[in-house]
Amino acid sequence: MAEAQAAQIGSIVPGSPEEKRLHEIWEAEPGWRGWLSTTDHKSIGLRYLFTAFFFLIAGGIEALIIRLQLARPNLSLVTPEQYAQLFTMHGLTMIFLYALPILSGFSNYLWPLVLGSRDMAFPRLNAFSYWIFIFAGAFLYASFPLGQAPNDGWFNYVPFSGPVYNVGPNIDVYALGMVLLGLSTTAGAVNFVVTFLRLRAPGMSIPRVPIMTWGTLAASFGNLFAVPAVSLAFFLLWLDRNFGTHFFDIAHDGKALLWQHLFWIFGHPWVYVIVLPAMGIVSMGLPTFCRRPLVGYMPVALSTVATMLLGFEVWVHHMFATGLPSLSLSFFGAASMIISIPSAVATFAWIATIWLGRPVFKVPFLFFAGFIILFVIGGVSGVMTAAVPLDLQLNDTYFVVAHLHYVLLGINVFPVVGGIYYWFPKFSGRMNSEKLGRLAFWIMFIGFNLGFFPMHIAGLLGMPRRIYTYPPNMGWDTVNMVTTAGSFLFALGVLVFVIDVFYSIYKGAKAPINPWDAPSLEWTTPSPPPPYNFAVIPFVGSRYPLWEGRLAEAEGRSRLDEGYLLMNGRETLGTTAMHAEPDAILKMPADSYFPLVASIFISALFVALLLHALIMAITTVALGLLSLVGWLWPRPVLRMEAAA
Amino acid sequence: MSESMLPTVPVRNEARLSGWFGMWTLIATEASLFVYLLFSYYYLKLQTDQPWPPEGPPRLLLSSVNTFLLLTSSLFVYFGERKLKQDRKKAAVALIAIAIAFGTAFVLIQLKEWSRKSFSISTHLYGSLYFTITGFHLLHVVLGMGMLAVVSAWTAMGYCTKSEHGPVSAAALYWHFVDAVWIFIFGTFFIVPYL
Repeated sequence: MAEAQAAQIGSIVPGSPEEKRLHEIWEAEPGWRGWLSTTDHKSIGLRYLFTAFFFLIAGGIEALIIRLQLARPNLSLVTPEQYAQLFTMHGLTMIFLYALPILSGFSNYLWPLVLGSRDMAFPRLNAFSYWIFIFAGAFLYASFPLGQAPNDGWFNYVPFSGPVYNVGPNIDVYALGMVLLGLSTTAGAVNFVVTFLRLRAPGMSIPRVPIMTWGTLAASFGNLFAVPAVSLAFFLLWLDRNFGTHFFDIAHDGKALLWQHLFWIFGHPWVYVIVLPAMGIVSMGLPTFCRRPLVGYMPVALSTVATMLLGFEVWVHHMFATGLPSLSLSFFGAASMIISIPSAVATFAWIATIWLGRPVFKVPFLFFAGFIILFVIGGVSGVMTAAVPLDLQLNDTYFVVAHLHYVLLGINVFPVVGGIYYWFPKFSGRMNSEKLGRLAFWIMFIGFNLGFFPMHIAGLLGMPRRIYTYPPNMGWDTVNMVTTAGSFLFALGVLVFVIDVFYSIYKGAKAPINPWDAPSLEWTTPSPPPPYNFAVIPFVGSRYPLWEGRLAEAEGRSRLDEGYLLMNGRETLGTTAMHAEPDAILKMPADSYFPLVASIFISALFVALLLHALIMAITTVALGLLSLVGWLWPRPVLRMEAAA
Repeated sequence: MSESMLPTVPVRNEARLSGWFGMWTLIATEASLFVYLLFSYYYLKLQTDQPWPPEGPPRLLLSSVNTFLLLTSSLFVYFGERKLKQDRKKAAVALIAIAIAFGTAFVLIQLKEWSRKSFSISTHLYGSLYFTITGFHLLHVVLGMGMLAVVSAWTAMGYCTKSEHGPVSAAALYWHFVDAVWIFIFGTFFIVPYL
């Protein structure tokens, strides 16, 4: 049955019967059926964006309560235990339920569009990773209303998180929830890696790949190797807590530092996992508003990969104060300094792009340019803490809190909001309000710096992180008051942004195909794109398909209106990994309930483990495996279509 | 590539299925899991003052037989996959079935080995490591057997053929991986204590 179906070359006119047929082939069923079974990467991407943003708001509200508690000395707005749960939930929400999922949302939505494909390599796996993400999020939050939320900080150090000191279900919820979430992260990473290797449009050889995909690709490779460390750490902790094992049990020669090693072997690569794709968003969007290609595409792509690789060799800089041998500290301190070099390459590339371009000061540009400033501040404080002697002074103070917030908000939230503004026309088919957008930017930018810069000073004044409250004579009153005021101002900026989004979805002007005159393939599709993305698979002849003819360095010509006609069922083109030569027609799966069903059973398994419900656990494992077999069952229908 | 030279493309390229790439990424992440498991083992072992292993070096006979069984089963899977590519479906199903039988024997012997131990997962640190790490591996063996069972059923039903052997190849790859991991675990728990 090795049918050599000759893929025809041709073009499809909008409104033609062929286009209609494509529409029917790719469209999800109407109503709730389609909603639960769709595998369209665009729907999944938008769901990721919405869900992750919802978690950002939840984590933000937790932060505001924390800031109220710290606004003045000796306040007791919440109890110490509630405070511990708040900062833990704030941390894990922002780091695990917001920072990566929001970037997965961008990548899911945009990858097939920028790569010239009709979907991701594994559309059903894509749906699966979303469902697991939202179930894991619900799982992690399930014990919060009961006042039993995780309470040991997001990095959950033993022995406090062990069975002796923490007897409630708090930490078990965190441990199992993280293992569950790890499945989602891994499934997503697999999908991005294979999509990159397999589904790029013909002609899109490695040097022509859109710059943003490098960030997500590096992050996904990182996830494949890093996530098992944290899943294992949490699983071993769960065994310690529930079955009396001794991995972290100091009384029986277990080691508390094993937790820190496993956690940070994952944790530091994770930092780059949640910033590299965001840097990719900037590298993609910023040049559009500078009216020129990114300066130094190759160095930026290479430094992205280099950062991820080096990111696996710096984890001990989170453990400088744990009494490790000084040789080890020197090595990891040096590595942590070296990693600033590839980051600096990217920074100078952005600055040069603005410098050599003719900037157009639209809202996305403001967020991207603001990001560069915050990135430099966060980067410099990072190099400072990479120096072992200084870190010993700053360790566990608010200086570190300031640093990580500059890094995570600066490098993640600002590019994300800028990216939402940039691709808003594609997402929604509408233009955003420039006025509200500018207002949102300035309030966020001022609020952010007002809120987080004084934390550096609080740290230098010796204020430890995570303290519940402080006495009035420490000299910390003013900085804390300013920080609290700034955080509320920042929250107001986010609110203005949310209002803008909802206002523009309903009232914004209709968006044209390419409102920013951008160079990449997603801007050749209508706003919003049809279910099949591209009527014909385009042929890519250069790095900037829509700017050819205007650039002196134009290498070749892309063909966008004419290309492979693929319409025998759901099809897209598979190409070779290096040169993107056409290799095979890929039969894409139909929509399916199996990803949802499998996710329900797998999540139910984790509930069973939490409750020690043996029969439920066995049942859910059996049903989960059965649904996987059903999911993967060979599809003769597709082959019959192919033979026809 | 000029306009007139765009080549025709086949519907499938069995050598480069997405599922094949996907299986490699799964193996990459699972291999990392075992690396971290063994990292934990050696990290804890090197810092302990307890006698290690507490009962002295383990007996080798059963585990050596088991190693032999598992590695041989990989050969059967390899030849089963090859037969399928030669369009000899029945031979392929038979060979994979033998591999599953060997896998089953491995699981039973491993359970027997477990029951012979005088300690449990909670007795001491070594017990925690021993049962957790071999348990993880055992789980992967069972999963691999499940995969082999499903793809051999698909072969018997005519879904997997000479030209569409992708699922069989992917399951075979996973099985070889599970076997390769065992070599490291066997070495760690059974050979290293003698060195």
